[in-house]
Amino acid sequence: MELSAFLLQVLNGLDKGSAYALIALGLTLIFGTLGVVNFAHGALFMIGAFCAITVQRLLSISVVTLDETKTDFLGNPLKIRTPYVEQWFGESIGQGLIDWSVPLAILFAIPVMLLIGFAMERGLIKHFYKRPHSDQILVTFGLAIVLQEIIKAYFGANQIPAPAPSAFIGSFDFGVFIGFDPGTLIYPYWRIVYFLFAMFIIAAVFAFLQFTTFGMVVRAGMADRETVGLLGIDIDKRFTIMFGIAAAVAGMAGVMYTPINPPNYTIGMDFLVISFVVVVVGGMGSLGGAVLAGFILGILESFASMREVIEAIPGINQVVIYLVAILILLARPRGLLGRKGVMES
Amino acid sequence: MLGLSRNDFLMLLFVLVLVAAAPIILNPFPEGSNFAQFNAGYPDLMQRFVIFGIFAIGFNILFGLTGYLSFGHAAFLGAGSYAGVWMLKLLTINVIPAIIISTVVAGIFSLFIGFISLRRSGIYFSILTLAFAQMSFALAASVLTPITGGETGLQTALNDPRVLDGGATGGNIPAPSLFGLEMGHSWKVAVGDWIWTFNVGYYLCAFVLLIVFYIAIRIFRSPFGMMLKAIKSNSQRLSYTGISPRPYTLAAFVISGMYAGLAGGLMVAMDPLAGPERMQWTASGEVVLMSILGGVGTLVGPVLGAGIIKYFENIFSKINDGLLHQWFSFMPDGIENVIVGIIHPFVGKGWHLSLGLMFMLVVIFLPGGLVGGINGLFRRLFRRRSQ
Repeated sequence: MELSAFLLQVLNGLDKGSAYALIALGLTLIFGTLGVVNFAHGALFMIGAFCAITVQRLLSISVVTLDETKTDFLGNPLKIRTPYVEQWFGESIGQGLIDWSVPLAILFAIPVMLLIGFAMERGLIKHFYKRPHSDQILVTFGLAIVLQEIIKAYFGANQIPAPAPSAFIGSFDFGVFIGFDPGTLIYPYWRIVYFLFAMFIIAAVFAFLQFTTFGMVVRAGMADRETVGLLGIDIDKRFTIMFGIAAAVAGMAGVMYTPINPPNYTIGMDFLVISFVVVVVGGMGSLGGAVLAGFILGILESFASMREVIEAIPGINQVVIYLVAILILLARPRGLLGRKGVMES
Repeated sequence: MLGLSRNDFLMLLFVLVLVAAAPIILNPFPEGSNFAQFNAGYPDLMQRFVIFGIFAIGFNILFGLTGYLSFGHAAFLGAGSYAGVWMLKLLTINVIPAIIISTVVAGIFSLFIGFISLRRSGIYFSILTLAFAQMSFALAASVLTPITGGETGLQTALNDPRVLDGGATGGNIPAPSLFGLEMGHSWKVAVGDWIWTFNVGYYLCAFVLLIVFYIAIRIFRSPFGMMLKAIKSNSQRLSYTGISPRPYTLAAFVISGMYAGLAGGLMVAMDPLAGPERMQWTASGEVVLMSILGGVGTLVGPVLGAGIIKYFENIFSKINDGLLHQWFSFMPDGIENVIVGIIHPFVGKGWHLSLGLMFMLVVIFLPGGLVGGINGLFRRLFRRRSQ
């Protein structure tokens, strides 16, 4: 296999891997802090994606004016739709805002997702700390169905496109950069943005946990919740905030993913199943493991969908993630970086 | 009687009466009345009630007794379906071999998957079963197309060999039958405005349901069932007494896999068609919903849960705005519109929303499911009276 083809698959795997890693990071954060298995996490990713759609729609709300000088083909005066933002901020800024609706949606998504996260934790998850894990799985599974259906009721069942800003449309020719022929190693700009964004978020979460006092307390709580409580620290409040942060991470992952894959209401469940596999492969409760496993599985998936590989092993592209998950779980029962004693019985 | 305690025998009798009279009980509204569309007594739906009831009973033997939450049980239903269709194609259009072989095939398949998955417990077990089921689904839809018919599914055809029947060459594709009695055959009885449909396929399913329900009662009450309950309450302590839980959980896994295969076999016996979507994880999730809704670890619960979900899916989903307006037309216009507007998202295409809400409420407030809730209610009433 040529080096360029190899690199191309690595690059292709990165963006899916980033999405897996971001969702798995949030999942394992919730699990590590609250000890709750959250099956509604995929739904949070989906709500994030629909935040982007909402912002796009809000920005393109238009005022209709009649232009008497021109007529349409029926002879009626031509209707001209001008978005309000263009009226308010002038044409160029207005169009720019609409063009950049997906990145702008992050600003909208963060408070929304934090609120949803807090509401979920205080309203529902709180009552399930002491119930068995299967109960937690079931109630969040039910919640995921409910959230999905609400989104479906408002946005319909079809995929809704939300394009990336026009500055990022097109592809970047990596090959030329490192001495290959032009056109052998091209990669869409937006996927680069997505990967960098994911790295930024992951780094931010780790830095937050590692270098702030708040993060230190949270880590202490993850290690021994009871002792931290005995020291007079209200650990529950901090864990609620962590739940909100995890929801916001999933939401931002969803917002930025919309240009790659137009969302519909099932996108969360599709990602959730794989993300759970990712979390378990990485080791329940291990943040580094979740990120590592996310990228490994994303890249493996893209390698398995190469033509040469499929010809050698038919169907491998469909099953590689699950196959790897089974092998890892049988060989390393706690996952790649899992700690001892987590979810053992 | 039949080796059952008095209470269990009464329960079996109750279920017997219920399934035998289902075509009458499920058709409470006269034909042509406003509520006729709430009648669930048509063969297709009744068959589905019973078949998914069998599936859920089997799932409950694993989850209810041992506490191992499998998210991949639909794979066995799918495997059973494929095996059943192949029997109908190759051997004979009689459904008996198809049903038997689909149970056996699902049993072997679940032995293989269970042997590997049961090395782990808790969420790891759930993920392993999920991974196996998703793999089966993906393979059935793509690479295994010669065996499974790919995404379009597998069905009987006119030029199938059907060794025992001697392969027809002309006429219609033969319908699955029980020694010549076609599954789709029904007798319609009209009593006044009511029309009751007695369907051959339904009664075959109901007969099978009674048998497997009886087996399930015996398993629940047997020493083996006690062992499974011990695994659920504390498998570590069980191993300290020198007993390995593995063989018991594996046996429970295979039994519940065979129940799923049997359900798959009955499904193709009613309608000789099998597609990969039967193996998808959403189908596995559905059987989890059924068991939880009805009541995990209870005997009747899963059947009840299966009935409720299938009723929602088929009847509740057909309520549309026109009907709502018709029902509330006695109210003043403004109020009517408000009420219809409130109910609208929960019915028709939004039936999943009501289902999800109901499911959440059950998990939050009734950990024993609907049956557990009803039992608790009775116990409370009874206790009060005795005081």
